[in-house]
Amino acid sequence: MESVGSINPSKLSPKDLLWRILWDKEKCRLCGRCTAVCPVQALDLGVQRKRVVNIALGITETPSNVYGIFHGIRQKTDLSHLCVGCGMCELVCPNRAILVVRNEEMDKARFHINEGGNPRRRGGRRNNPASLLDAIKFTRISMLTDPALDAGRHEFEVRTLLGRLIPAEDMMKITREGGYLPPVREIYPLMIGSMSLGALSPNMWEGLQMGVAYLNEEMKMPVVICSGEGGCPPKLLRSRFLRYLILQIASGYFGWDEILRALPEIKEDPCAIEIKYGQGAKPGDGGLLMWHKVNQMIAAIRGVPMGISLPSPPTHQTKYSIEEAVAKMIQSMSMAWDFRVPVYPKISGSTTTLAVLNNLVRNPYAGGLAIDGEDGGTGAAYNVSMDSMGHPIASNIRDAYLNLVKMGKQNELPLFAGGGVGKNGNLAANALALIMLGASGIQIGKYIMQAAAGCVGSETDRCNVCNLGICPKGITSQDPRLYRRLNPDDVAQRVVDIFLSFDQELKKIIAPLGRSTSLPIGMSDALGISDEAAARRLSISYVV
Amino acid sequence: MCRLFAVTSSEPLVPSTALKALDVMREGHDGSGVGLFLTDLGGRWEDYKNLPTLSGIFSDDGLRELDELMISKGFRCEDEVLIRPTFEPPVGTPKRDNYLIRAYNIPTEWEDLSQKNIGFRLLETRMKLRQQGLANEAMTVFSFWYDVMMLKETGDPLAINDYLSLDSQGISSRIIMAQGRQNTNYAINLYACHPFFIQGFSTMTNGENTAFVPIREYLMSRNFLGYTGYQSDSEVFTHILHYAQNQLCLGLPFYKHIITPLMDNELESHPNREILKLIKHSCRPLVIDGPNCIIGCLPDKTMFMVQDSKKLRPGVVGGRVGKFVFSSEECGLDVVVPERNKHLDFQPMKYDTVCVSAQREKVEKWSQWEALTLQN
Repeated sequence: MESVGSINPSKLSPKDLLWRILWDKEKCRLCGRCTAVCPVQALDLGVQRKRVVNIALGITETPSNVYGIFHGIRQKTDLSHLCVGCGMCELVCPNRAILVVRNEEMDKARFHINEGGNPRRRGGRRNNPASLLDAIKFTRISMLTDPALDAGRHEFEVRTLLGRLIPAEDMMKITREGGYLPPVREIYPLMIGSMSLGALSPNMWEGLQMGVAYLNEEMKMPVVICSGEGGCPPKLLRSRFLRYLILQIASGYFGWDEILRALPEIKEDPCAIEIKYGQGAKPGDGGLLMWHKVNQMIAAIRGVPMGISLPSPPTHQTKYSIEEAVAKMIQSMSMAWDFRVPVYPKISGSTTTLAVLNNLVRNPYAGGLAIDGEDGGTGAAYNVSMDSMGHPIASNIRDAYLNLVKMGKQNELPLFAGGGVGKNGNLAANALALIMLGASGIQIGKYIMQAAAGCVGSETDRCNVCNLGICPKGITSQDPRLYRRLNPDDVAQRVVDIFLSFDQELKKIIAPLGRSTSLPIGMSDALGISDEAAARRLSISYVV
Repeated sequence: MCRLFAVTSSEPLVPSTALKALDVMREGHDGSGVGLFLTDLGGRWEDYKNLPTLSGIFSDDGLRELDELMISKGFRCEDEVLIRPTFEPPVGTPKRDNYLIRAYNIPTEWEDLSQKNIGFRLLETRMKLRQQGLANEAMTVFSFWYDVMMLKETGDPLAINDYLSLDSQGISSRIIMAQGRQNTNYAINLYACHPFFIQGFSTMTNGENTAFVPIREYLMSRNFLGYTGYQSDSEVFTHILHYAQNQLCLGLPFYKHIITPLMDNELESHPNREILKLIKHSCRPLVIDGPNCIIGCLPDKTMFMVQDSKKLRPGVVGGRVGKFVFSSEECGLDVVVPERNKHLDFQPMKYDTVCVSAQREKVEKWSQWEALTLQN
C-alpha cells in the first residue's frame, strides 16, 4: 500500500476546507482556464496516475495491472493555496465541468491560518449576513387619513445638506448684520463612501468617477464620492469634476503632498474634506495598503516608495486630545480652501461616539459627522478586527441623532451613516431606515463594489482577498492583467443604473409615507420592527 | 378630513355665524368636536382689549384652583362670561361644570414691564394653569391673551352652540375661526382640537402632518416655553408661525417659504434666492410635507390661508369689502357672504399665500415667486 505521507497538525483534507471543488472529468476539455484564472492557485493541473486491475475471465490467466495516466485537476489543501470560493473557475469553464461548493460543516482551516504566529488578514466584510436594518419596516402608510403620494407622478426633491448649518436665529442675525456663514453643499443623500485609489484598481476608480460625473452632469443628481485615503490623480485634481469629490485625509496623509502642491492650480473646490479617524470594519486600526498593491502609479500619487506596505497609524500623529486634534485638523483643512469647503470627521461606530459628537457640536467649523458601523467593508484588516470589533450603526446613529435633538442641534450638524447598508441587497430600505433614525445621508462602499463591478465577496467568507491585489474581478487589484478585466465604462454605466434605481425605490418608500419634498430625517414614527428590544432601543414601534 | 371656516368682518358677528357655515360642510366633518377662536372682540368686550382674557373649561374645584392661583399672582378679575350648563348635554358632549371667559387686570408689579416681557409672563401663566390642570383634569385652558376668546368642545358644533347658548352670552367678534372635527387617528382630547393658539397667533389645519415627529422634536428643542403639548400633529403649524414671526422676525410671506420652500431649481430664478436658500437650510426640519391647508390669524388681525406644496386640500377665499371668508368649501362662503361676487372667489394653489388685513378691503395674494422684503 502506498504511503499517505506524514500527517502534521495543519495537514488538511478537502473536507476540512471551507470550499470544496468538484470536478467532472467527463465534461472537462482540459483547456486550463480554471487553473489560470484561480487567484490563489488552489487548483493543481497535472498528470495523475491511475491503476486499472485487469481480471481475465479464464481460470488459467492471472489478473494483471494496467497503469495509465489521466489529465485533470486536484484541489490543493495547503494553507497558502486554500480555495477562497470566488467561483471564477466556474465562470470561465466552457463546459461547466467544475463546481465550487461549501463544505457541509464548519471548516477546520480557520484554526490553522496563523502560521508563523501571524493571524489571518483579509479584505472584505464581517462575515455575518444578519442585518437589523433589514428587519425594519415602514409602517406609517398614508391612505385614508391622508392621501398617499404618487411615486411616479408627484414632484420629488431628494436632497440633503453637507456642512455646518447655522441656527435660524443666528442665520437671520448674520444676514442682517453680516458675518461668516459656513459652506453647505446640497447633495444627493446616497453617496459613495471612501475607497482609495490603491485599494481600488485604476479602472474601478475611474469607472466610479465617470459614473458620478454622468449622474451630476446628465441626470442632474448631485451624487458625490469620497476619495478614500490615497490621494487623487493630478488631472482630476485640476478638473471641474473635483466638485463631485470629497477628499479624504487620514492618519497616513497619503497623497496630501500632491494635493497641497496642486492647490494653486485647482479650479474647482472639492465637495468637502473628510477627516478619517476610524473605519467601521476595523475600528482602532488605520488604513492598510499591502505592498502587493503599491505599484509605480500608486506610489507616485501617494508620495511613497514602491512595493512597501502602507499601514496608516491607528490615530493621527498630531493627536494630543480630541479637542485639539479635531479642532486643529478641521481648522487647517478649512483654511486650505479659505473656509469655502465643508470639513467633517468620519469615525467608526463606537460607544464613544457621543463624546465625539458633543465635541463637534461645540466646534463651529465642523461640517458634519460620518459614522461607520461594524458592517462596513475594508480592503485589508485582521480577521479579528473585522469580525469582532465595532458597533452596529443603527443604535449608534439613533443615539447620536437623539443626542442632537436634546441639544436642539439636529439640523446644525448633519450625521452620515455607513456600514452594511444594502449588505443583503436592500439598499433603499436600509438607507431610508437609517435616515428615519436620524441620518442626513448614507455612505455605501461594498454595495457599489458588488453592484457596479460584480465583486463576488459575500457575508459568508467568499473571496475576501482584496488585500492581496489578486482580485479576480480586477476591482481591488493593481495588476493590469487583472484590472483590465474591468471596463471603466461598464462600471460607470452600472453606477448610473444603481443610483437611478435607488431613486425609484426611495420614492416608492417615501411617497406612501406622505413625503416628497423634504428628506424624512428623523421620521421615526414611520418605522417598526418585530423585535421588542430593538424597538425599545431605537425608540420606534414594536410591530408583530 | 376636517372642515375649516374663518370670517373677518368689519361688524362683529356671533359665534353661530361660523358654526352654521360648518354645518353646511357637514359631509367633511363628523360632528365629533368643534374649536372656536374669536378675536377683535365686539360688544362690551371692546372695552377690555387691553386686558388679558382667559378662556377655558373648569370643574368647580378647578375654578377654585384658578382663583387661588390668579389671586396669588396678583390678577384682578374685570369681567367674565361664565356658562354653567343646567341641561343635559347633547350626544357626544360630556357634562362639564364651567365654561369660562374672564378678563383680568394684570398684577400691578407688571405694569412697568415691556410688552414682550408681559407677553412671556402671560404665556407662562397659561402654561402653569395648563400643567396644573392636566394633573386632575380640573382646568383646561385654551388661551390667555389680549382680545382673544377660545372655546373647544367635543360633539356637534351647532348642538354645542345651542347647549351653551353662545349667541346670547354677549359674545361677538370681528374675526372667528372655527374647525369642525373629523375624528381620525387621535383620541378626542380638547387640547387636540383646532384652532391652536400661542401669544396672539392662531392656526387651524385641514389634513394630517406627515412630518410631525421631526418638526415636533425641532420645536421642542428650541427651549421656548410655549412649544409644548402637541396632542395634535397640527399644533406645530401655529408654533412654526410664532417661531418665524417672533423668533426670526420674518413676515407672513416667509411662512410659506419656511413650511413649503421652493425646490432648489426653482430657487435659482428667485430674486431673493440667497436668503431663501439660507432659510430653507436653517429651517429644514420645519418643512411640512403633508397635505395641509392652513388658515390662521396674526396678532395684528390679519387672516391668511396657505396650502401645502402639492395643494392636496380644499380651501377657498372670497367676500366683499368689509367681510371676507376663508373656508374649506364654497358652500361655507355662500352661507355667510352670499352677496359677494363669486367670480372673485380665489382658491390658493401651491405657491400662494392669501390674506386679508384688519382693514378688510381686499384679498391680498402673494406668490412664492415674488420678491420679498426682509424686515429689520
